[in-house]
Amino acid sequence: MSLDDISIKVTDLHSIGSIDALLNEIATRLARFVATGESAMIDLKSLPFSPSEYEALRTTLGRGEVTARLETIGDSELYETHYPGVWWVTHYNVEGDVVAELIEISAVPAILHSQPEDVHDGLERLKNMLEQAK
Amino acid sequence: MTEHETLAQRLQQQGISRRSFLKFCAAMATMMALPPGSASAIAATLAKVKRPSVIWLSFQECTGCTESLTRSHSPTLESMIFDMVSLDYHHTLQAASGFAAEQSREDAMKEFHGKYLLLVDGSIPIKDGGVYSTIAGRTNLDMLLEAAEGAAAIVAVGSCAAFGGLPNAQPNPTGAVAVSDIIKDKPIINISGCPPIPAVITGVLAHYLTFGALPALDDQGRPKAFYGETIHDRCYRRPFYDQGKFAKTFDDEGARNGWCLYELGCKGPTTHNACATTKWNGGTSFPIESGHGCIGCSEPKFWDAGSFYAPLPAPTADVSTVAKAAAVVGAVAAVTVGAIDRGKKTQAQKSREKLTVDDLKGE
Amino acid sequence: MEQELLLWVRGTGLQIAAAVFVFGMVYRMLHLLMLGRKMSLAVPRGSEWSGGLRTMWKRSFVSTKLSARGNFTVIAGFIFHIGFFITLFFLSQHIELFRAVLGLHWPAMPRGVIDIAAVLAIGAMVALLVHRFVDPVKRMLSDFQDYLTWTLSFLPLLTGFMLLREIGFEYITLLTLHIASVELLLVVAPFTKLAHMFSTFISRWYNGAVNGFKGINI
Repeated sequence: MSLDDISIKVTDLHSIGSIDALLNEIATRLARFVATGESAMIDLKSLPFSPSEYEALRTTLGRGEVTARLETIGDSELYETHYPGVWWVTHYNVEGDVVAELIEISAVPAILHSQPEDVHDGLERLKNMLEQAK
Repeated sequence: MTEHETLAQRLQQQGISRRSFLKFCAAMATMMALPPGSASAIAATLAKVKRPSVIWLSFQECTGCTESLTRSHSPTLESMIFDMVSLDYHHTLQAASGFAAEQSREDAMKEFHGKYLLLVDGSIPIKDGGVYSTIAGRTNLDMLLEAAEGAAAIVAVGSCAAFGGLPNAQPNPTGAVAVSDIIKDKPIINISGCPPIPAVITGVLAHYLTFGALPALDDQGRPKAFYGETIHDRCYRRPFYDQGKFAKTFDDEGARNGWCLYELGCKGPTTHNACATTKWNGGTSFPIESGHGCIGCSEPKFWDAGSFYAPLPAPTADVSTVAKAAAVVGAVAAVTVGAIDRGKKTQAQKSREKLTVDDLKGE
Repeated sequence: MEQELLLWVRGTGLQIAAAVFVFGMVYRMLHLLMLGRKMSLAVPRGSEWSGGLRTMWKRSFVSTKLSARGNFTVIAGFIFHIGFFITLFFLSQHIELFRAVLGLHWPAMPRGVIDIAAVLAIGAMVALLVHRFVDPVKRMLSDFQDYLTWTLSFLPLLTGFMLLREIGFEYITLLTLHIASVELLLVVAPFTKLAHMFSTFISRWYNGAVNGFKGINI
């Protein structure tokens, strides 16, 4: 008997109402962002979802125009949802496990920005390279 | 031993970008159940921290806790935390061995006296002078007392170090006890679980590094951020429990529909841990989601709490035999006393003085 | 500490409670039967057994003729008993206990039904206690044992209700309290009027038998 012989039953568990609460939270935060420019992050791992609810959330928020991929000790995937300003950020480790998953409400997710320390280091390297090329 | 550099310096040496570090801190924030926006604050603080010395002592253990932590060979976000600390002694992970290793430990303890973090996994046997577990000829008890003296704080990793664990289960032939049963004058944090969730171990270390103090603890000395709630309170199958929909056997219709595993022995209601939210294997799943009830591995005495498959209402001792014996004793007593009382009754009837005509006449 | 307390009430505590309860009830009932009855030298006009069984059955229902002056107590008493039995014997979690101890099991009732039964039982108990204070006759008749047995019967209902909803305390605390309250009830019951849980049927039989012997159907 192989693994494929074990039948799998896909069920749709009853919703426990987490999605509606979360969508309301997102709407509130987005409104605040529009009014004051205050960005926000919501940690998805801290909320109890059933597996089907999680997929329902993804479907409801949908995908927008922008997808970004980071290669930083494991990948990270960021995409803007169907609602501009609402970003879905997923951080993976090297083995592909999810280590953090967030909804970020802002113009651009914070981690996408180039960090001052990295810019500084990069400048040093660029200068060194130009020095050596002389 | 050179002075430990700051975290930022070490990251730079390893060619890890600040952005990567920021991602790492976001993962830390999630693990520690802190608001996700605090990632940048954590990054700023951690960057300045000097790598603390960590000494890890393994006592009467199965090495499962170390295994839980070190599941990969390539650097992962979790393993970065061990790059963040200077692990000056760990007899499974270190390269040195024998007397060299012991010397290195003693040097670290002397140099960072009063400041190093002591991690302990495994229980400490104390029966017969502690001979049942020794390293380099010294008893665990001895090593713990010596190492605890110069430690800033002690982290008891796993249920064995936190509560005594498996060796402590009846009849406890080695006299195994927890760290907190021996050390009374140092802050101790218990990260229980058999093994604990790796993210919890690293989350606690991250908290200590970031804030320089141990997180808020519950009355068992466990960090409330991870052990503040029971599995039952966060279980996604809770609606089924509330509706009384229970799986009766493994793989029956109810089980396939993902119903509650209470009747199959789930100890979720009385177990405090983060399995239902943080989950295992990087958030993949946890025992209940995979169809097996919680065994309560982060609670004291869970090995002695009856079968893992007997539900909570079931007794943990033999009640049927006791009840039968009591019934027999009661029956015998009742028959005996009853016979005596009946005898008294018969006696009373026999010795009853019959009423005569003379009594009625009043003579 | 909490785990150790829970382990004790699930283990040794339950053994002690079961032993005392079984010993006490078996002793009391058997002793009662051993004492025997007064022999009647008359010729029987009817059957003892059919009279006895008939009364055991009939007295399980409300007879308005017999309870006209105590309707409240009778009705509230029925609600309490029925609610109590439904909760005790038809909640899934309790059936698991019986399965573990007796090896028997039966289908459970839906949680909603149990919830209603439990609330009714609790309400009836509170009403009965209030009535016991307020009604002058009952008040005069009531003694320490009455209030003790009320408390011992009420606590399992209350703690059980709180446990199912995790009200007020943590699950483990409520579970320990619930089991402990049941053990307390079991240990004290054989020595109080709560022995009626078995003796009621014996006394109903007796009443029916005595009258059945005389040829009267009651």
